[in-house]
Amino acid sequence: MLSYILRRLLSAIPFLFMVSLTVFVLIQLPPGDFVDSWAAAQSASGEVVDMATMIDMRHRYGLDQNILVQYFHWIVGIMQGDFGYSFEWNSPVSALIGERMNLTLILSVGTLFLTWGLALPIGIYTAVRRYSIGDYFFTFIGFIGLAVPHFLIALVLMYLSVKYWALDVTGLFSSEYATAPWSWGRVQDLLNHLWIPMIILGLGSTASLIRIMRANLIDQLYMPYVVTARAKGLSEVRLLLKYPVRIALNPFVSTIGMILPQLVSGAVIMSIVLNLPTAGPLLYQSLLSQDIYLSGAFLLLLSMMTVVGTLISDILLVILDPRIRLEQ
Amino acid sequence: MVDNVNTSSNDIILDVRNLKTYFGTGEKAVRAVDDVSFQMQRGKTLCIVGESGSGKTVAARSILQIVDPPGRIMGGQMLYNATGEPGCSTIDLATLHPRGKEIRGIRGHDIAMIFQEPMTSLSPIHTIGNQICESILLHQNVDKAEARARAIELLRRVEIPNPGVAIDKYTFEYSGGMRQRAMIAMALACNPKILIADEPTTALDVTTQAEILALIKELQLSYGMAVLFITHDMGVVAEIADEIGVMLNGKMLEFGPSEQIFYSSQNEYTGRLIDSVRKLETSARRARKSTVSDRKLLEVRGVSKIYPGRKTFLGGSKAAAPFKALDNVSIDLYEGENLGIVGESGSGKTTLGNCLIRVLSLTDGEVLYRMGDGQIVDLAKSSKKELRGVHREVRMVFQDPFASLNPRMTIGQIVGEPLLVNGIAKGNELRNRVADLLAIVGMPPAAMERYPHAFSGGQRQRIGIARALALNPRLIIADEATSALDVTLRSQILDLLLDLQDKLNLSFILISHDIGVIRYFCDRVAVMYKGQIVETGLADKICGAPEHPYTKALISAVPGTHPRDKRIVNRHRYTIDGKAA
Repeated sequence: MLSYILRRLLSAIPFLFMVSLTVFVLIQLPPGDFVDSWAAAQSASGEVVDMATMIDMRHRYGLDQNILVQYFHWIVGIMQGDFGYSFEWNSPVSALIGERMNLTLILSVGTLFLTWGLALPIGIYTAVRRYSIGDYFFTFIGFIGLAVPHFLIALVLMYLSVKYWALDVTGLFSSEYATAPWSWGRVQDLLNHLWIPMIILGLGSTASLIRIMRANLIDQLYMPYVVTARAKGLSEVRLLLKYPVRIALNPFVSTIGMILPQLVSGAVIMSIVLNLPTAGPLLYQSLLSQDIYLSGAFLLLLSMMTVVGTLISDILLVILDPRIRLEQ
Repeated sequence: MVDNVNTSSNDIILDVRNLKTYFGTGEKAVRAVDDVSFQMQRGKTLCIVGESGSGKTVAARSILQIVDPPGRIMGGQMLYNATGEPGCSTIDLATLHPRGKEIRGIRGHDIAMIFQEPMTSLSPIHTIGNQICESILLHQNVDKAEARARAIELLRRVEIPNPGVAIDKYTFEYSGGMRQRAMIAMALACNPKILIADEPTTALDVTTQAEILALIKELQLSYGMAVLFITHDMGVVAEIADEIGVMLNGKMLEFGPSEQIFYSSQNEYTGRLIDSVRKLETSARRARKSTVSDRKLLEVRGVSKIYPGRKTFLGGSKAAAPFKALDNVSIDLYEGENLGIVGESGSGKTTLGNCLIRVLSLTDGEVLYRMGDGQIVDLAKSSKKELRGVHREVRMVFQDPFASLNPRMTIGQIVGEPLLVNGIAKGNELRNRVADLLAIVGMPPAAMERYPHAFSGGQRQRIGIARALALNPRLIIADEATSALDVTLRSQILDLLLDLQDKLNLSFILISHDIGVIRYFCDRVAVMYKGQIVETGLADKICGAPEHPYTKALISAVPGTHPRDKRIVNRHRYTIDGKAA
C-alpha cells in the first residue's frame, strides 16, 4: 500500500514536468509578450513608449532570451520555491497567490464535500425509487444545474438576494473583515459568505454525480449477489448499504480527480461575477496581460490539483476495492 | 398432475398449491409461473426441469419471495412445515410480506438457496468469510469469533483446502468450483431444512459438476435436508432426483417419482427431453454411414502459443506471468471428417481454434492447409493476401448466438456481408443468394428484413451458420456452437450441420466441452488438458474406452441418461500431485 502511494507519487514527477513545459509554451503562444501588452495599455492611456524602453524592459525581464532558457530559469526557481516575479503587480508571485490559492482551496474542498454530501443520498434515493415523483424532481433540478452556466446562476442569485433579501452576496468577506488578519470573527464571516458560491459551484457537479450514482446503483441493484444476500434474510436497508452501494461507490470515487480541477476552473467566471478574492479572477487578468510567471504558476498549481485529485481517488479506490488492491 | 403417492402428510415439508407468479398486471401480465403445484418431502431431492423461460427459476424464487420486480405472487399457497412433529405449526409462505421480518427469518435459516453463477452471486469486494459469517450472525445468537470458527468449519466441510487461510480470501481468488463450494457453505450456515439449488452446476466443467453434485448429495444425507434442484440437464436429473417436476411455459406438465417420469412418462414433451439426451449417447456419423477421404485437409504440426507476461508501467515486477496456452499440439484433419476437440475451460481448445484460422498468431509450429486448388499453404506464415483466400474456405460458427450477430444489422446484411466484402455478389443477385442460404438452414426468406433480436437462440444460431456457409467453405470451425442452446435445440442444430455436410462436402472441427455432442457429431476426438493433446482417437473409443487417466476421469464425470445408470457416484478422479484436478 505504502509502496503503491510512493510509486504513484514518483510517477507524478515526470508528468508534472511535461505539464510545466506545455504550460510554459502555451502561455507564450499568443503573439507578443508582456511588454507589448503593457505598451498597448500605456498608449491607450495616452503615453507613448519608445522602442528603446521596450528593448530595455525585455532585456531586464529576460524576455529576449530563448524560450528554453526562460523555461529553465523558471523551473529551477520553482524547484527552489521561487515562483518568479509578476511584471504587472511588481511583486513576487508567491506573495500574490498565497492567500488567494488558500481561499480557492477552501472553496473547492468545501464544494466537493457539499457535492458528495448531497449527491450520495440523493443518488441512492433516485436509484432505489426510480420513476417516482422524487426521482423526477431531483432529475429536473439536476438537469437545470447541468444546463445553466455558473455565472448565470450567480447573477440570478445576486439579483434575488439584493432585491428580496437585501443581502450582499458578493465577495467572501464583509468590508470590515476584507483586509483584517485572521481571527474567529473573520472565519465566521467567511462561512457566512461561502455558502452561496459553494451552492452555485456545486450545483452542476452534484447533478452529474447524482446521475453517475443513480446509473451505477441501478446496474448493481439487480446483480445476482444482491439476490444471494436477500436470500440470506438480510433486511433491505442493510443489504442496500452493504452490497450494491459499496460497489457503486467505485466510479463515484473515481470522479474526484475530474471534479477538483473542474471546480477550480469553473470558479473563474463565477468568481469574477461575484467578485471573489480567489485565484480565478487573478488568473484571468494575468492571461490577458501575458504576465507569464503569474499565469504559469497558476496553471501549474491547477494541474497539480488534478494530479493530487487523481491520486486521492486512486488511493481511495485501492482502499475500497480489493480487486484493485490485490493486483498491486 | 400426479398426487403424492403413499406419503403421510408429516413427510411433506413444503406443499406448493396453485402457485401463480406474474410479471406485470392486467391483460399484459406475463404468467411466469401459472398454477403450479408440487410437494417436497423431508430429506428427498426434487428436481424441477425445463428449458430456459419455462418458469422454473421464478417458481424457486417465489418460495423465498425474492422474485425481482415487477414479478409478484398473485395467488396460491406455499405451506411450509418445519419439523413435521405435532405442535409444529404450518406457515403459508405466500401470505408473508416480502420485506417482512417473518420471511427474513425463514430465508437463510430454514430455506437456503444457491445460484447458478458462483462468480456474480458472491460479492466481489467482501471476503468469503465475511459473507458466510453474515448468515451466521444474522440468524444465530453468537459472537463474531464464534461465527468465524463456524465459518472455517463449514469451509472444511465443503472440502475447501486450508480453510483457515481461505476464509480471508476474496471471490476472485477462488476457482469456479471453489466458489460454488463457498456458496454451499454459506447456504449451510444455519442448518437449513430446505436447500434450493438453482442450476448450481451449469456454469461448471463436467468434472467440477460431478464433484459438486456428489458434495450436495453427501451433505443432504448428513444434514437431512430436502433439496429442490432446478436444472435443464436431464442427465443431472437422472443422477440425483427422487422426484421430478417437468415445467414448460410456466406450467407444471408432470410431477412424480423419478423412475416413473423416466420410464413410463405419458407426456410427449417429457419424452422429447429424455430423447434429446439419449440421442447424444449414439454416433450420428456411424448411423449415416458417412465416409471420410484419406486426403489430409489440415495438418497441424507442433503448434505452441504463449501469451506473453505483462509488465507494470514503472516497476520491473511482472503484472502477469507468461502463459503457455498451447504446448506442442499436433493433429490432422482429413477431408470430409468431423474432428472433435474436447476439454475443460482453460484447456486451450478455443485458443487452438483461433490459431488454426490465424485470428491469433502462433508462437511456434506450422498449420498446413490444402486449398481447394490443391495448393498447400502454411497458415502460420502466410501473408495477409493468402490468408484472405484461406478465410473464404475456412469459416467459423461462434458460441454465443446473441453476441455474435450485430444487433444493428438486418439478417440480410449479416448473412450477405461476406459476399459483399469479397465482391462476389451485390444487388438482386446478393438478395437471391442470401435467400438461398437462409433456405438451406431452414429459415424463411422474410427473415432477411428483420433484426437479430426478433429471433430465438436456435434461430440465431441458424443465421450464424448461414453466414458461415455464404462463401461455400470447405472447413467450418464450430466453437461451442451448441453450448448456449437448450437441449432440444442442441440435437436439431447438430443434425442441420450433418445434413449440410452431406450436401455441401464440408469438414468440421467441433470444439466443445460436451462429451455427448462430440460423440454424436464427430468421427475422431482430440482430448485437451492444460494446453496439450493428451489423447486422440476414434470418437467411439474415446467416449467408450478411453486410455489416458485424464480422459477416463472426464468421461466418467459425465452424468448418465436415466436413473438406473448413476455414474457420478462411481466416477474416476484424476489428480496431479495429490491436488484435485
